[in-house]
Amino acid sequence: MTYTPVEPIVTARLGHDDSHTLARALATGGYDGLRRALGRTPEEVHEDVKTAVLQGRGGAGFPAGAKWGLLPGSKFPRWVVVNGDESEPGTYKDRILMERDPHQLIEGALICAYAVRASQVFLYVRGEMALAQERLVTALNEAYAAGYVGRGIMGSDWSMDVTLHWGAGAYIVGDETALLESLSGRRGMPRPKPPYFPAAIGLYDQPTIVNNVETLSNLPWIMLNGGEAYAALGSEKTHGTRLFAVSGHVRRPGTYEVGSGTVTFRDLFYDPRLGGGIREDRAIKAFIPGGGSSPWFFEEHLDLPLDPTVVGPAGSMLGSGAIVAMDETTDMVKAAWRLVRFYAVESCGKCTPCREGTAWLEKIYQRILSGNGRPEDLDLLADVGSNISPGPFPGPGLAPGDKPFAPFPYKKTTICDLGPSAVSPVMSSLRRFRGEYEAYINAATPTTEPAEVA
Amino acid sequence: MSRLSPERAAVAREIIARYPVPRSALIPLIHLAQEQDGYVAEDAMEHIAELIGCTPAEVLGTGSFYEMFKFHPVGRYVVGVCTNISCLLAGGDDLLAHAEESLGVRVGGTTEDGLFTLEDVECVAACTEAPCLQVNYRYFPRQTSGSFDALIADLRAGSLDGVVPHHGTLARVRQHVDPDRWAASGSAPPRLPDRHPGPALSESAPQPGLPRTRAAGAPAGRPDPPARGADPQR
Repeated sequence: MTYTPVEPIVTARLGHDDSHTLARALATGGYDGLRRALGRTPEEVHEDVKTAVLQGRGGAGFPAGAKWGLLPGSKFPRWVVVNGDESEPGTYKDRILMERDPHQLIEGALICAYAVRASQVFLYVRGEMALAQERLVTALNEAYAAGYVGRGIMGSDWSMDVTLHWGAGAYIVGDETALLESLSGRRGMPRPKPPYFPAAIGLYDQPTIVNNVETLSNLPWIMLNGGEAYAALGSEKTHGTRLFAVSGHVRRPGTYEVGSGTVTFRDLFYDPRLGGGIREDRAIKAFIPGGGSSPWFFEEHLDLPLDPTVVGPAGSMLGSGAIVAMDETTDMVKAAWRLVRFYAVESCGKCTPCREGTAWLEKIYQRILSGNGRPEDLDLLADVGSNISPGPFPGPGLAPGDKPFAPFPYKKTTICDLGPSAVSPVMSSLRRFRGEYEAYINAATPTTEPAEVA
Repeated sequence: MSRLSPERAAVAREIIARYPVPRSALIPLIHLAQEQDGYVAEDAMEHIAELIGCTPAEVLGTGSFYEMFKFHPVGRYVVGVCTNISCLLAGGDDLLAHAEESLGVRVGGTTEDGLFTLEDVECVAACTEAPCLQVNYRYFPRQTSGSFDALIADLRAGSLDGVVPHHGTLARVRQHVDPDRWAASGSAPPRLPDRHPGPALSESAPQPGLPRTRAAGAPAGRPDPPARGADPQR
C-alpha cells in the first residue's frame, strides 16, 4: 500500500492561525452543516449518519448511527454528552480538535442533538486541558451571542443549550458510564454492565448518547456532503478519515489525518510526509497500535493496514488512534512498567482484581527494576494478569509468524476495560522480550534493604 | 481558608443553573474554590455543600477522587512533568530527575518559597511534543534541562504571569449565556430527581455522621435550587 494524502475532513480548518474563532469558522463553511441538517427531519439526518457508517473514534469503534438507534423511542428528556476526556496514553487528537476547531465540535454536537431529539448537550472536557476549556468557552459564548446555539438557532424554531463541563483528573472517566457518574457530580466509577450502552439508562437515568470529540467533528462534513460520500472514503470496511497521533521514536511525531484503513503502520512510521522514519535510522522493536491499553505489535505487523477489522483479529486494537513507536534501544521492562504504573495509579478501586492486581503488578515491576527480582516473578506477573483477564490474553504470538494468542477484545473479571488494559503491556513484553526480564533478574543483587515500592 | 466570595458565589449559582440537577455542578464548583484559594479549603467545601444541597462530606468524598484537587496548600505553580510512555521514550524521567535537582524538592514537594510544587504526572495528551510538562495545566512542550531552568527562571521573575495564572485557575473565560439566549429559560425545563439524594439536613435533628457542623449563620436545610422549577424529591 502506498500512502496517498486525502482531503482532510476534521482538520480542514487547522491551517489557519485563527481556526478557533467564529469569524474563521463562518468564513470557511462553519455551521453550514447544521443549517443543512435543520432543513431536514431528525430521522433523515440520522439515516444519513447511518449510511456514512461513522465509527466511534473513542476506542470501541461502534458506529455512531447505530448507537443513536439504541435510544428508546418515546423516553424524554434525553441528553447528548460529548466525551472530551481524552487521557489514553499516547492520545493527542481530541485536544487538537477542541483547541483549534471548537466550533466544528459544537456544530457536530448540535447536529447529533437534533438527530436524536435531545434536550440538552453537555460538553465534558478533560480537566487538565486549560486551553481547550478556554477555547470552547469562548466559542460557546460567541456562538450563543450570534444565534448558533441557544434559543431559536439560526432563526429556526429549534433550540438547544450546550453546557460546558470540566473534569478534574481521572482517566477512568473516559469510560462512558464513569463519565456520566462524574457528570452527575460523583466519584467517576464505571457502572455495572449491562446495560452496555447508556442509550437506555444514562445521565440521571435518562436516555443518553455519549460520543467522542473526533466522531462528532465529522458530522458537519457528512451533512454537507452526504453519508454516501463519506462511506465512499477510506477502505471497504472502514470509512471516512481518521486522525492518528504518532509519537515515540519517530522523526516527525505528529497528528495525521489519513483515509480510514488506507495506510499501513509502515506508511505511518516511514513515509516522509508522515512519521518520517525511526530516529537515527534505528530498527523498530515494537509499537503500540492503539493507545497504552492495546497489546503491542512488532516488526512483522508493519504492513497491516490501520483498519480495525484487520487489527482486531491480529490481537490488538486501533483504540483511540494513538500510535507509539519504540526503537531497538528501548528497555522493554521499563516501558511496560511505566504503562502498568499508569493503570495502577488510575484504577478507580471499584473492582478488586483491578484495584489489587494493578498495584501488585506495579510492585513486582519495582522489585525487578530495583535489582531485587526473583525468577518466579515472571510467572507471578502472568498469574496476576490472568486474574484480571482470564484465558489466553490477546496479542501476537511468541515469535514472528506465530498465530496471535487470542483476537481482541480481552476477557475480563472487571466492570470496565482499565484492568485488562494494564495486562496488555505486561503480556506483550513478557512474551516477546522474556530475555530482558531474565537479564534484570540474573543481574539482581538482592539487598536486605526493602525494595522501593512506591 | 475561606468561603466563596460573593462574586464567585454568584458564578456558582450561574453554573448550577445550567444543569438539570444541581449536584452536577459539584466538580466545576470545587474548581471555583481551588481557583480562589489555590487549593480546596474546608470552609469553601461547606459553602459548596450549601449551594448544591448536599453534605460537606459528599463534597470532600467526591472531590478527593480527582487528582487535580488539592486539599492542602500547594505552590503558586504546580509543575507536572509527564513521564508516561511517549515522554519516557523521549527522556521524561531524566527531565523529572533534573527538575527535582533544580528545584531542590522531591516529587510531591513544594519549594520553601512556596512557588513551586513538583509532580510526576500521567499522560497529559502532548505525546507528539514529548517530553512535555504542564505548569498549572498550561503546556510547555519539548523540554530539555536547559529549557526547564529557563522556564523556572521566567516564572520566578513573573515574566510569564500573562500566560500562567496561579494554581487553580483553568479557563480564564467563563461560560456566560444571556438569559434571553438560554433556550431552557422561560420554558419549563426538565428538573430531575437526584439519583442518590444525600441525607436531608434538618435543624432539629443534626446528622450524627457529619464530620463538621455547618458554619454559623449558614442555612440548615437543603437550600432551594437557584433556578428552574421544583425538585420533585422534596
